[in-house]
Amino acid sequence: MPFDIRDFTSLTQWIDAGLRNALSPFWSVVIEMLIVGVLILVFYAIIGLFLVYAERKVCALMQNRLGPNRVGPFGMFQTIADLMKLLFVELVSIKNADKFLFNLAPFIVIIASFMAIAAIPFAKGLHAIDLNIGVFYVIAVSAMGVVGILLAGWSSNNKYSLIGAIRSGAQIVSYELSVGLSLITIVILAGSMQLSEIVIAQADGWFVFKGHISAFIAFVIFLISSTAETNRGPFDLAEAESELTAGYHTEYSGIKFAFFFLAEYMNMFIVASIAATVFLGGWMPLHVGHWDGFNNVMDFIPPFIWYFVKTFFVIFLMMWFKWTFPRLRIDQLLTLEWKYLLPINLVNVLIMAFLVLMGWHF
Amino acid sequence: MRSILNYIKDIVLGVWSLLKGMKVTGSYFFRPSTIVTQKYPNNRKELVMFERFKGEVVMPHNEKNEHKCTGCGICEINCPNGTIEVISKTIITEDGKKKRAIDKHIYRLGMCTFCALCVKTCPTKALAFSQEFEHAVFNRAKLTKISNKPGSQIMKGVQ
Repeated sequence: MPFDIRDFTSLTQWIDAGLRNALSPFWSVVIEMLIVGVLILVFYAIIGLFLVYAERKVCALMQNRLGPNRVGPFGMFQTIADLMKLLFVELVSIKNADKFLFNLAPFIVIIASFMAIAAIPFAKGLHAIDLNIGVFYVIAVSAMGVVGILLAGWSSNNKYSLIGAIRSGAQIVSYELSVGLSLITIVILAGSMQLSEIVIAQADGWFVFKGHISAFIAFVIFLISSTAETNRGPFDLAEAESELTAGYHTEYSGIKFAFFFLAEYMNMFIVASIAATVFLGGWMPLHVGHWDGFNNVMDFIPPFIWYFVKTFFVIFLMMWFKWTFPRLRIDQLLTLEWKYLLPINLVNVLIMAFLVLMGWHF
Repeated sequence: MRSILNYIKDIVLGVWSLLKGMKVTGSYFFRPSTIVTQKYPNNRKELVMFERFKGEVVMPHNEKNEHKCTGCGICEINCPNGTIEVISKTIITEDGKKKRAIDKHIYRLGMCTFCALCVKTCPTKALAFSQEFEHAVFNRAKLTKISNKPGSQIMKGVQ
């Protein structure tokens, strides 16, 4: 069994060849899909649980508190205990709710984040599907989650849910533009939409350094607008605990609520990993010019560790925003997008195109 | 032109103030020494409540089992809830005079709102707040306490 921690291509090809020897092509594809599905499912659950724990700990430390510290060492098993509780909670059926849509909504939200995670390159060869329009695919698929949110708000037959869902719709429709444009800035620089090629193009320097100030502005705008897109604070108007009880998932209980909760954290992870892949070089180690010794040391760290370090760095930044800034009002939210982020972004795309045209990047 | 300058100034100032806020929370995050939460049941032994904490009303006694209460009943009159009840008795002092002294100073913790009117108005400063705060008991009758210790006397020189 060939196993290389720096390149998973040989391992996946070995599994593929083994399956094709033993089974017909159809069944080998089915089994491969099952393996990938189960792996993503397990990864999804672990990352979701870890992120909930991390968020509670980070928020506690920023507010001079201790956070979870009773269940297990440093409260590590707190989220597992919470999950067990959620699994045993009764699923309340809502009077006059649209039953079919009510039950469908959490699945749409969670499927959207599942589909997005498929396109993310975790390490060399560790990539469920390498589309040649990867960036476009991720934007398209992650925007699908809003359909689930709108359905959840509509079918709950509850004004808080409906207001939350409509706010979320307005928010995502506006901020989707900024996410797309800031990624387009980098697509211009990379000359490709394929995520694996974008990563490889950053071998001699991450795009956030390569693209001068323009790429940095795009990175900041991407962080802001993707935080808004995942409905996280300070843009959490769709939930707004203090105004709308819990927004679109007010009426949900038990495992259906857990789906929304998990999907929210996974969306954060997906957005952070897109930011890490597109701006911070994905699984590429940090290389500085001609410092060969330094570069060799950096190469020694396995790629998937680089990937996770960068992703969790971006996640930490997003948590930092959330627990520092107060929530925006809906008019402030739309002002920020249409009067500030969008014009800056359009100018930024122009500047980046000019830089690439003149060859003024590294 | 001015509006464009204002627009840019607006952005820069906004980002600056946001960064300021992030600096505060960031400094808290990286300095766990700023945590104010206490792990309460674990630190019971070394936990010291602050001086002004209002735990429960007590009558301090000195080492000779003497207190300062004259039994005047001002605390009982001032208490808004009827928490305190002073039962006095008459004693004969060494020089043959009759004098009022307390028999029982009853304090009902279950009715107390910790307003401190009794402690503030006591003319001889016989009452004080203790820092004890673990008041939970299984029987409500245990919340009725007698503040003066059995066999205690009034301190000499307290009128």
